[in-house]
Amino acid sequence: MARQSTRSTDSKKMNSELFTLTYGALVTQLCKDYENDEEVNKQLDKMGYNIGVRLIEDFLARSSVGRCQDFRETADVIAKVAFKMYLGITPSVTNWSPAGDEFSLILESNPLVDFVELPDNHSNLVYSNLLCGVLRGALEMVQMAVEVRFAQDTLRGDNVTEIRMKFIKRIEENLPAGDE
Amino acid sequence: MADEALFQFLHNEVIQYVYKSAENGEMENGRCVSKLEHLGFRVGQGLIERFTKDTSRFKDELDVMKFICKDYWTSVFKKQIDNLRTNHQGIYVLQDNKFRLLTQLSSGKQYLEHAPKYSCPVVFGVRLWPGARGTLQPGCEEHRHR
Repeated sequence: MARQSTRSTDSKKMNSELFTLTYGALVTQLCKDYENDEEVNKQLDKMGYNIGVRLIEDFLARSSVGRCQDFRETADVIAKVAFKMYLGITPSVTNWSPAGDEFSLILESNPLVDFVELPDNHSNLVYSNLLCGVLRGALEMVQMAVEVRFAQDTLRGDNVTEIRMKFIKRIEENLPAGDE
Repeated sequence: MADEALFQFLHNEVIQYVYKSAENGEMENGRCVSKLEHLGFRVGQGLIERFTKDTSRFKDELDVMKFICKDYWTSVFKKQIDNLRTNHQGIYVLQDNKFRLLTQLSSGKQYLEHAPKYSCPVVFGVRLWPGARGTLQPGCEEHRHR
């Protein structure tokens, strides 16, 4: 009798679960290694930054997106191209500040938190803080200094996940000495 | 659906993090590897649970190995195992000629010395039954399940 193979090899889904599970294992390990949630948040941000400064090259190579003219365009590229490419989701861009230097990314779903629940004793943990570091690191490599933080988080009981991004300043490119 | 590149970057960061803790004198190299193995074990366990929850039970060891070599390896490493050998006494040798997680490392010579200690334990946590253990030898890139 032929054994039916019901194992659907949905490799993209598997890949996503590999990422989600690895991230979860990492956060769990960090919680063991550090005494408080603030330290874990900092570590996640730092690791995200290290990823971001390299990820930007991969992004620019694969997306063929040109230089953004302004922060609004940057926001659109982040939401519609970058998030789609790396996480398979398209957050919406909203809540622009009057000065146009701050906006929100609203994530209806967040692949990092699939199957995740925060235990009660980690109420200050920003589970997905890696994302903030990634965005900050990536944008720094294209001469933009930004502040990124989570304003809302479904893991902490909010309805949506909201990432707030604020433009701080343009980073001057360092010219080699001797260039006139 | 997370992109493969993102996983690779995250994977590298995890390795860096664990080994930086070692450099700070927090643990010896041996314990570093087991920290990574532990991480990998959690991940492997989770993956296997999700991957096989709707499927029929495996008939025997060989069935399990075929699953690992084809379905599991393809899903996680984008290709099948290149070669499977066994001594029919519980030892299996899986050969992957182009192991995805090491190819980036080995292109830079500085990491070649440390490659055996890196990366692979993170994903080699698959232990499908009590007592099964795996080891990795890069170079010929083999993985033995016992």
